[in-house]
Amino acid sequence: MPDPLETTLRNATIAVLVENEAGILARVVGLFSGRGYNIESLTVAPVDADRRLSRITIVTSGTDMVIEQIKAQLDRLVPVHKVSDLTLEGPHLARELALIKVVGKGEARMEALRLADAFRARVVDATIESFVFEMTGAGEKLDAFIALMRPIGLAEVSRTGVVAIARGPGGFEA
Amino acid sequence: MSATLQTAETRTMTGAEIVLQALKDNGVEVIFGYPGGAVLPLYDALFQQNAIRHILVRHEQAAVHAAEGYARSTGKVGVVLVTSGPGATNAVTGLVDALMDSIPVICLTGQVPTHLIGNDAFQEADTTGITRPATKHNYLVKDIKKLAGTVHEAFYVAKSGRPGPVVIDLPKDILIGKGPYSEAPQAPHRSYRPQTEPDMASIQAAVRLLKGAKRPIVYAGGGVINAGPEAARLLGEFVHMTRMPCTNTLMGLGAFPSEDPQFLGMLGMHGTYEANLAMHGCDVMLNIGARFDDRVTGRLNAFSPNSKKIHADIDPSSINKNVKVDVAIVGDAGAVLKALIECWQADEQPQEKAAITEWWRAIDGWRGTGCLQYRQEGSIIKPQHAVKRLYEITREMGRETFITTEVGQHQMWAAQYFGFQKPNRWMTSGGLGTMGYGLPAAMGVQIAHPDALVIDIAGEASILMNIQEMGTLAQYRLPVKVFILNNEYMGMVRQWQELLHGSRYSESYSEALPDFVRLAEAFHARGMRVTEASQLDDAIREMIAHPGPVIADIAVAKDENCFPMIPSGAAHNEMILAPGQEGGVTGVTDEGKVLV
Repeated sequence: MPDPLETTLRNATIAVLVENEAGILARVVGLFSGRGYNIESLTVAPVDADRRLSRITIVTSGTDMVIEQIKAQLDRLVPVHKVSDLTLEGPHLARELALIKVVGKGEARMEALRLADAFRARVVDATIESFVFEMTGAGEKLDAFIALMRPIGLAEVSRTGVVAIARGPGGFEA
Repeated sequence: MSATLQTAETRTMTGAEIVLQALKDNGVEVIFGYPGGAVLPLYDALFQQNAIRHILVRHEQAAVHAAEGYARSTGKVGVVLVTSGPGATNAVTGLVDALMDSIPVICLTGQVPTHLIGNDAFQEADTTGITRPATKHNYLVKDIKKLAGTVHEAFYVAKSGRPGPVVIDLPKDILIGKGPYSEAPQAPHRSYRPQTEPDMASIQAAVRLLKGAKRPIVYAGGGVINAGPEAARLLGEFVHMTRMPCTNTLMGLGAFPSEDPQFLGMLGMHGTYEANLAMHGCDVMLNIGARFDDRVTGRLNAFSPNSKKIHADIDPSSINKNVKVDVAIVGDAGAVLKALIECWQADEQPQEKAAITEWWRAIDGWRGTGCLQYRQEGSIIKPQHAVKRLYEITREMGRETFITTEVGQHQMWAAQYFGFQKPNRWMTSGGLGTMGYGLPAAMGVQIAHPDALVIDIAGEASILMNIQEMGTLAQYRLPVKVFILNNEYMGMVRQWQELLHGSRYSESYSEALPDFVRLAEAFHARGMRVTEASQLDDAIREMIAHPGPVIADIAVAKDENCFPMIPSGAAHNEMILAPGQEGGVTGVTDEGKVLV
């Protein structure tokens, strides 16, 4: 009997605090490709200019053993300060931002605007035949909105990938 | 702090001088390298000083293996200096070798000047890009103010935690420019602080399991060697006080004395019958500083199926990677052993002594198979016999002896038949399996131990992969002995073809071999060829007695296979034994054939 821990896949949202230095993203991405780990989304930006820190958020999937490996492998990279499996460590918020361009006229255009309002998407650009909506939320909410826009006149989508943070007062310090 | 160091702190120097000063401050006495355009400023600075000795190799790959041999036999960091482009790419095999076997090496690579990086300049390569997965860490220095700090950090990274290779890529304008020298910082590293002291709760959990064990085994690897001779001493103390059987991995040979009655020999694919069956049948396994490599575990879902497993490793990513364990201990092997001994003594729980006596009876039964027995008959030399006699003769002589190997059958025979009583005497390419490792590694060992007997046990195919280093032996009068087990085949390839591919010996015959005697002579060394079993002992004595480098070309039985063998995809209790021995199995499954 194979151990269920070794066969059941789960998603994990992993936060990584790293030195903001050249090549760090290549190290992380190379680790994933070199060891055959899956990346569903990856975001990175500096979060502390004074201490030269960046934060990477990776959404991945794998067995518990693989996800434990991913954490351990990330943690042993020299410029990595801290690794946290937000999925495992308690409730957390995960958000994504999307810019969504919809092209159309007449009733389709009005429908796009009504749905955007219902989804709390903001209009950030408009012409007489197009809108660009800005929308923030959980990935599934963005997926749902984009699916609705498709028959109406979806022209282009740009998404950030997931950023995530733990709920409550606890911090994620280097 | 001495006055000279204080002045060094405030001195302005060229980049090349900063590099050398930083090497000196980190205790470097020797570097292995090969010059070229991008590193000329460093070679110019080397020329004008005497503190650091430079060994000129004949190929950059050999420089890294030499540094590995130096590092592995001394416990120090090995240092390499190569030029940009092809210098760096040639070094890559050595770097991956050091990465796989956890050897601390620093490789300084030249680079085109910063303003030319990315322009496809002459001898430009993206060295940090290429070596990122080949090193523990790498650096491209683009600001001379960070140069000294980077070199100091590289030493810390290379030798702390699980050791490994570190590349520092040095653009030529950085080497020529001037900047401040700074000493190694006292403050801890910003982000890299590996845990060396074990957590006491996990030590106690381990001792509880071990005390209650009826069929325990200690499985120790290269981590014990890396932790230093004291760790090996503590391993011996622990094994003796607990009466447990002990087996070593290929990288761990020498961590526990081979002549100790509690030693079961090496385990794994070509390990002994008793070691593998003890691994298979144990109820508690203590792994110290080994990583459940596929050569050791065999088929994972049949690996030691009924045991509780304790794994102590300095690298948390080695734990639960291949084998799920019950107790994980993160720490330096020496610190872990010390804690285990203290906790064992303090713990009141009695050991299962009667059960352990019973366990030893079972082990002695497996030992009775005599899995390493062979019959030396007639005039054709058996390769096992050649290694065994080499061991026995060097043992009689009592000289400090270091063994390196290339990769293949001869390497496994060396591991099986040459006994090691102390750590750091055995240098082999375990993880990467690099043919061509042994000769340059032996050079590095001989540089570190000029009066010791250093022997590269080689195959006739492997030795040709870095044969140019005979020139280095000649230049530095390094009396390395190359002991070739010449069966005119890439023997391990041939063995697999025999067992897995219907004896179709595709491209594994060593056609058109050189005359090794004349080859040795062409490189100013002594050449010998031995074809008769009756000549073997005298030839070995003569080889050892010769004050300079020697190639001893030993013609051995061509079709000998290396047994015991756990075929790919098989379990520890599914070993193939040598023909005529009882208890093993034959054949390889189809699933096994896809494995390497």
